[in-house]
This record gives sequence, C-alpha cells and structure tokens, in this order.
Amino acid sequence: MPFIPHTSDQVVAMLAAIGVADIDDLFDEIPPELQTGELTAIPPALPEMDVARLMASRARQDGQPLCFIGAGAYDHHIPAVVWQLLSRGELYSAYTPYQAEASQGTLQILYEFQSMMTALTALDVSNASLYDGASALAEAILMAVRSSRHGKVRRVLVPRNLHPRYRAVVRTIVAQQDIDLVEVPFDPAGGHLTQAALEPLATEPFAALVIPQPNFFGVLEEVDALTDWAQAQGALVIGVVNPLALALLSPPGDWGSRGADIACGEAQPFGMPLASGGPYAGFLCCKQALMRQLPGRIAGRTQDLDGKIGYTLTLQAREQHIRRSRATSNICTNQGLLVNAATIHLALMGAEGLARVAAACHAHTRLLVERLRETPGVVPCFDRPVFHEQALRLPAPAGDVLRSLAAHNILGGYDLSADYPELEPAILVCATELRTAEDIEAYATKLARVIATRSQARCPVEPKL
Amino acid sequence: MLIFEESRPGRRASAQAPLTRPEVSDLPAHLCRRQAPALPEVGELQALRHYTRLSQKNFSIDTHFYPLGSCTMKYNPRACHSLASLPGFLGRHPLSPPSHSQGLLACLHELQEILAAVTGMHAVSLAPAAGAQGEFAGVAMIRAYHLARGDLARREILVPDAAHGTNPATAAMCGFQVREIPTGPDGDLDLAALSAALGPQTAGIMLTNPSTIGVFDRGIQAVAEAVHQVGGLLYYDGANLNAILGKVRPGDMGFDVIHMNLHKTFATPHGGGGPGAGPVGVAERLEPFLPLPRVAREGTDYRWLEEADRPQSIGRLTAFGGNMGILLRAYIYARLVGREGMKRIAEYATLNANYLFQRLVEAGFEPAYGKRRASHEFILTLRREAKELGVNAMDVAKRLLDYGFHAPTTYFPLLVPECLLIEPTETETPEELDRFIAALAAIRAEAQADPELVKGAPHTLPVRRLDDVRAAREPDLAWRPSKGSGAGLGPDSGSGTGSGASSGSGLGTDSGVGKADA
Repeated sequence: MPFIPHTSDQVVAMLAAIGVADIDDLFDEIPPELQTGELTAIPPALPEMDVARLMASRARQDGQPLCFIGAGAYDHHIPAVVWQLLSRGELYSAYTPYQAEASQGTLQILYEFQSMMTALTALDVSNASLYDGASALAEAILMAVRSSRHGKVRRVLVPRNLHPRYRAVVRTIVAQQDIDLVEVPFDPAGGHLTQAALEPLATEPFAALVIPQPNFFGVLEEVDALTDWAQAQGALVIGVVNPLALALLSPPGDWGSRGADIACGEAQPFGMPLASGGPYAGFLCCKQALMRQLPGRIAGRTQDLDGKIGYTLTLQAREQHIRRSRATSNICTNQGLLVNAATIHLALMGAEGLARVAAACHAHTRLLVERLRETPGVVPCFDRPVFHEQALRLPAPAGDVLRSLAAHNILGGYDLSADYPELEPAILVCATELRTAEDIEAYATKLARVIATRSQARCPVEPKL
Repeated sequence: MLIFEESRPGRRASAQAPLTRPEVSDLPAHLCRRQAPALPEVGELQALRHYTRLSQKNFSIDTHFYPLGSCTMKYNPRACHSLASLPGFLGRHPLSPPSHSQGLLACLHELQEILAAVTGMHAVSLAPAAGAQGEFAGVAMIRAYHLARGDLARREILVPDAAHGTNPATAAMCGFQVREIPTGPDGDLDLAALSAALGPQTAGIMLTNPSTIGVFDRGIQAVAEAVHQVGGLLYYDGANLNAILGKVRPGDMGFDVIHMNLHKTFATPHGGGGPGAGPVGVAERLEPFLPLPRVAREGTDYRWLEEADRPQSIGRLTAFGGNMGILLRAYIYARLVGREGMKRIAEYATLNANYLFQRLVEAGFEPAYGKRRASHEFILTLRREAKELGVNAMDVAKRLLDYGFHAPTTYFPLLVPECLLIEPTETETPEELDRFIAALAAIRAEAQADPELVKGAPHTLPVRRLDDVRAAREPDLAWRPSKGSGAGLGPDSGSGTGSGASSGSGLGTDSGVGKADA
C-alpha cells in the first residue's frame, strides 16, 4: 500500500480496539446510497520506477528550447544552494508557522524576506507573500480602495501598458466588488504613460494610479512625475515593479516627492525556476500608514518569556481566521517555500550580485536588439529606454515568425498582436544574463533566415505594382 | 542571529553573479537608484550554514508527527518532488507555444480527469493557487451563474458557524452578505435553522463535509434538497476531502461547486505556509464559468482553453495559470497511489483517527462529540482540565512540543471550548499513534502533579513562549540598518566604509566586528 505503513496484524488490532469488525464499518454514518463504487476512470497504481519513466518522457517531450520570452517570467541563474536548502524536509514539509516555538526557522526567514523586500522597495512594511505578482496587484488595489475616503472611491487607473495578464487577474478579483478599472492609454511613440493621457481621466476622483516600472514593453516610466501628479489628485500610487530591476532603478519608496504608497510584483526572478508559470511568489510592500490594510501573513520580531529574541506571526487581527467576513482578504496559504527561495537567493546575491545580474540582463537585451535590428524591417516599437525587454515590430506576421523559430527550437519572444492589435506585427523579446552572445547570434541568424525565406516565398503570389 | 548580522561589507558569494558589471549609462540617471539596497553581504558557506541552522529550528512532517487537525499533514512523497523538478519541467516558460507544451499539458489534462472522477464533478479547472483562491473561484462562479440567469436578488451566502474563516472571508470578497447557520448538538448542521434562513436572497451555502467538527453530516441530502429548492447552489470546501476520498463523492452528495486542497489530500508539500493548489470542480451547468486557463484535448493534441473559448469564465486568477509545480506533484502522487489507493487513503486516515480517538477517550480525555464516529479527525475538549487544573488547551499543545510532537490545532472550531482538533492522517504508523497517546497521558499527569511545568511549556525549544501582544502592539516587521550606516551596504558604497550589518539591530552585536573585515 503506497505510503500507508500498517501491517495486517496491526489493522486487526486497531479495529478490535475501536470495536468494529471492518474498516468499512467506520463509514457507517454515511448513507449507503452515497457510497462510491469502483473508480474506473482513474488509472491503477504504478510503482515509482514506472512513474519516473513516464515523467521523464513527458519532461523531454517539451524540449529545452532557447528562450527569449520574458513577459513576466524570467530565466535567471539559480544558485545550487537555493533548491538544495528548499528540499530539506524541515522547510519543504513544515506547515504554516502558527506554533511559533516549533517554527522559528520559517518565521525568521519570513522576517528576513520582509526586511529584504522593504530594503529593495524603500517602503516600510512587507507581507510574507501572496500567490503571484498579478494577485498581489489585485490585493494592492483592494487596499487602496479600502483606504480611500470612507472606502467610497471605487475607481482605479490601470494603464494599458501594464502586463495584460495582470490586468485580467485584477479584473477577475476586483470585479466582484464593483470597482471601476479605468484604462490609461500609453504614448504611441514612447510606449510610456504621460500626464496628457492621464489628465482627462482625473475629472472624477480615483483611489489609485497603478504605475508599472518597467512597463510590459520593458519601457521605463517617468515615475517621479507620475507619482507627484497622482498624489496631488489625492490618490495613492501603486508601483508594480520587477524587483530585480530595483537593483538599478529608483525604488518605489523614493518616487516623486513623497514616494509610492504601495509596491507589488513578482518575486520569481529571485530563485524561482520558470516552471511553466509557478509556483512563484507575489510580494506586497507599503508605507507604515497602510500597515493594517495589508493582507496576508506578516512575521514580527518579539521576545519570549526569558526576554530572548523570537519571531511570530503578527497583526493577525487583519486575517480571515480571526476577522472572518471582515478580514482584509480571504488569503490563507501563501507561497511560503518560495519566500525561502527568494530570501536565500537575495542573501547569496547581495546588492552587488543583483546589480551585476540586472546590468547583464540589460546589456544582453541591448545586444539582442542590436543584432535583430540588422534584419531589414525589424525595428523597436518605442523610442524610450528599456530595462531588459524590448517590443520589436516585424516585417511579417508575428505568429508565423515565432512558429518558424519554434520549429528550430528557439522561442523568439511573446506575440503582442493578440493583446495589442495596434502594434501588430510585433513581439516582445528578452535576453537575461543566461542568454550568451552565441545564443543571441543563433537567434539573429535564424530570424534573418526566416524573414528572408518568407519574403522570397511571397514573391510569386504577390503581384508587383 | 539574522543574516544581516552575519554580513560584512565587501564579502560576496562571488560564484553566483556575472564576473563583471556591465555599463548601464544609457539608463536615465534620474530613474536610477541612488543608494544600494541594504541586503546582506555574505559568502556562500555562511549563507548555507545560516539557513541550514534555521531549518533545524522547525518541526516538519519529515522530522515529527504533525497531527494538525484540518491541515492533513501527511507524508509528501519524495518522488513527487524530484520528478516535478526534472529540467524539462523547471525550464519551461509559461508562455511556450503548443509545440513545446504537450508533455506538460498531458499531465495536467489527466490530472483534471482524475480529480473530476474522484469527486464526481463534471469538469475541473486547475487554475486556483490555493484553497482560499479555489473558494474565491467557486463563489465567483456561483455569482456569475445567478447573474447570467438574470437572477439579481441573490445577495447572501450561508456559512455554518463551524466553518473555516476563509469561507465567510471569501463570500465577503465576492461581494456577498454572510449569514451563519448554527451547528446542532449532535454536530450536524441545524436543519430547522437552515430552512428558516433560506429564501430568494440565497445564492448558496458553503459546507465542509466531513465538517470541521470531524463528523460526516448525515443530513447532507436534506441540506442539498432544501438549498436547491430555493434556487441556491451548494459549495463544497475540500479541506476535509482526505476523509472520504474515493468513498463518497461531493458530486453525488449534491454539491454544485467544490475546491480541493492538493497540499492536503494529494500530499503536496506545505512548504512552511505554501504554495498550495486549489483546483475547482463543477456540475455541468457551471462549466462555462470555470476559471482559466484549462486544458482541452483535441484528438491526440492538447491545448489551453482561453477567454475566446469560454467567454463566460470568471477569468484568470494568477498571471500564468496556477502553481504548475504543485499540480505536477499531485499528478505524480495520483499515479503512484492509483484508483485503489485513493479509497485506501480515506480508509486508513479514518482508521488512524478512530483508533487514536478511542484510545484517548479510554485514557480519560473528553470527546466533544462522543456519540459520533470520527472521520479523519476528531475533537477533544480540555474544559475540565482548564477548570480543575488551570491548564488549558494551549498549555497542553505547547507541552506536546517538548515531547517531540507538533501540536494539534487548538481553539478551532470556535464553538468547542478548550479544544484540540486532531488529525493523524493515513501515513502514520500505529506505533507513532501509541507514542502520542502516551505523551498526552503523561502531560495530563504532569498537569495534575505540577501544573506550572505545563503552563510554562515549551522548555526545550529554541525559544520559550513568545510575547504576541508585544509583537502586535510594537510591530517590528523588518530589520533596518541603523541611521547613517545603511550607506555602507552594497556596491555604491565604494570601499565598504559602513558597518550597517553589524549595528542597529539592538541585539548587542559588537559594532566593531563589521569594521574588522571591511
């Protein structure tokens, strides 16, 4: 019996101790007509060696292509130490640290994570994670609405150049509470937000302005001016940031004259593999004044009976297990193990290591764009500076080009046409520190060939005018 | 000691970053960071040792019996971890094209089918990232279903008083009013109170069965009929699915929407608080509303179902479709235990719980619902001990830690005073259960002979009982370098003149140490 250690003698003895004849007797309070027959739709058990063979073949099936997609999930180096530590049973198989004395390891790591995230964002308080960056933004918006005048301002400005999936998740979550999400257009030349685009939307009060830095196109926003503008309208500012970029870029707490009020995003660049999209970890930081609006678990430092330093989950009056229907959120389980990944990763990298990785990503992406532009018709969509992604206009339909590249085991970028038909045909490319000059060369060569082949193939069918 | 206090300016885990720091002068200066973040500066071995030592301060399934009621702390098979961590799975980008996704999608599609079969639901979405997000998706689907029918008056969700806090919190998050229904003295939902509460305003009811009291609600068919009669829907909270897996299916009980906690029933790790996975299953009439993405099979190919395929969907819950690594672990677990194993999980979880229950009652502990059969968990109440000896449930729980057992869930459900909610799971040996019984009996004897010993517990852990009031009143939620020393941390400081890491903590660290290495 997989994972059940009982011997048959023991089962007999246990049943005798309980005073029943059969295990089925233990289900005698369940109406017999409800009891299930055989589960024929479920395959029979396999030993580990067979499951291992099956999974190895499934894992191989998806290949290991050369990946130039970013779009919110980034292929970074992960020190071996990170997952070797995470695989320790004491971290991997522990529960939520509600019994603080038996969970000091997890609790101290949560406290260290909160300390690192507040250092990176230059804000006062961090929680101990949410599901991912997108759901963290949804919670940030709910925070901002709750904090608005009597919780009555239910209008939030959300830019169109924010990650489309983030916008979708925010819609799903806040739509349940009748919050109006107003789309802010981006500047067609720069790909960024401008005050001119914002002004017409500010005729009615709004609870918050969401500022992505960098935005979905990789473009850097003028965060200081935007922050000052929104706060002057009486709104809060929510920064959606790539935390790796914060090694180089101004942290949300320093934006404008007063700093952003809330920062959130995806901690995946810190020790979390791409893994098809998760598990990752959302982070959420804010100013002191908003501390009691923060959802999710928070670890705090305190003392034990002897005055010795210890850690515990705190401010639990915000949470569902205490406050029930009046909690700040329904979140319970968060992404604890991944918080460990981020913390250990950040400890190993330090500020200098992070800055080197971020700068390498920036340099590699610049090189990539430079090389791809050598193919005629490939041009950046926007003229503003970027961090480590760039939207490129192609001389051929993006879907076709990407499929041809994929056939050569190159994932050439994210197709922007579905989310941004106005940019079509365009892709979003990214080269992290892991994409070498040879990788970039391989991509550039292949792209040139794919586009050349397409234009040659098209000649006979397209009439010359 | 915090990792920050082990930091020395200029020390690095040099093998982990690129050898050089490329020029970024094309980034506009006004958008750049002026001061490096105060992150620790440590070597690789120092970090490894620090976090290894921290891990050793934790209890975990791998090291301790963990009978935490309602949390299903069973063995997390190591094969699930190592096979889900194959490079092909870890390296796959979430936005990979279908040509580079068939292996993953095959696993996910089969998992959808397995979960639908074992719960008796028509269709499953794997999108929710945890149980509470599954609840959110479920209640949002209930809302979407009523709205799609033009049924706008249903503003109320019913929740039993014994429910997990996530139930009322979720209903509120979905814009519903919450009404509590009392539990009867026998542990079943109070049917008369339910009937009185039902009406045209009822959107649905959220139930856990077996309930958080650890008994199977025998009136479930009557509950389903009454709720359906007024046009409401039934939501099944899968927190206790381990008790009935393969034995009774929520779909057959009349539930319209369910969520499952894969980090409970399907043995994926709790990871010190997550990640989880909370797939949702629905009856046929709710299928169009399931969250996205889902996996469809077309001939021999698999593909994602997205907004264009299911325009009525409640939408997406995370950017990239859920906690894929956890879903893979659950799939691997399902293949290892197979169809016979599913039933066996419920059977042996129930056997272990009833054995432990019986023996503890024999040992003199008071059951909260002694006339009922335990499901996979049961409740003891220590109200007698609290009154007579002044030793409460928390004291006993803390003393158990000294005996090398994780404490059971305490003070939940809220309606039983001084309660311990105990769930042994199927993966514990009877010998381990006997040791736990002996420990509880020994603690009771201690409480009689020397109550202060129990009230002062734990005595053998890294810390004694912590001051939670102080933690909440004077929140200390992040370490900070003391004023003026923060500038010394990080790359922009030049030669590492500061000693931020060794000062400012107020912990009595010698502030000169940092400078010695600078």
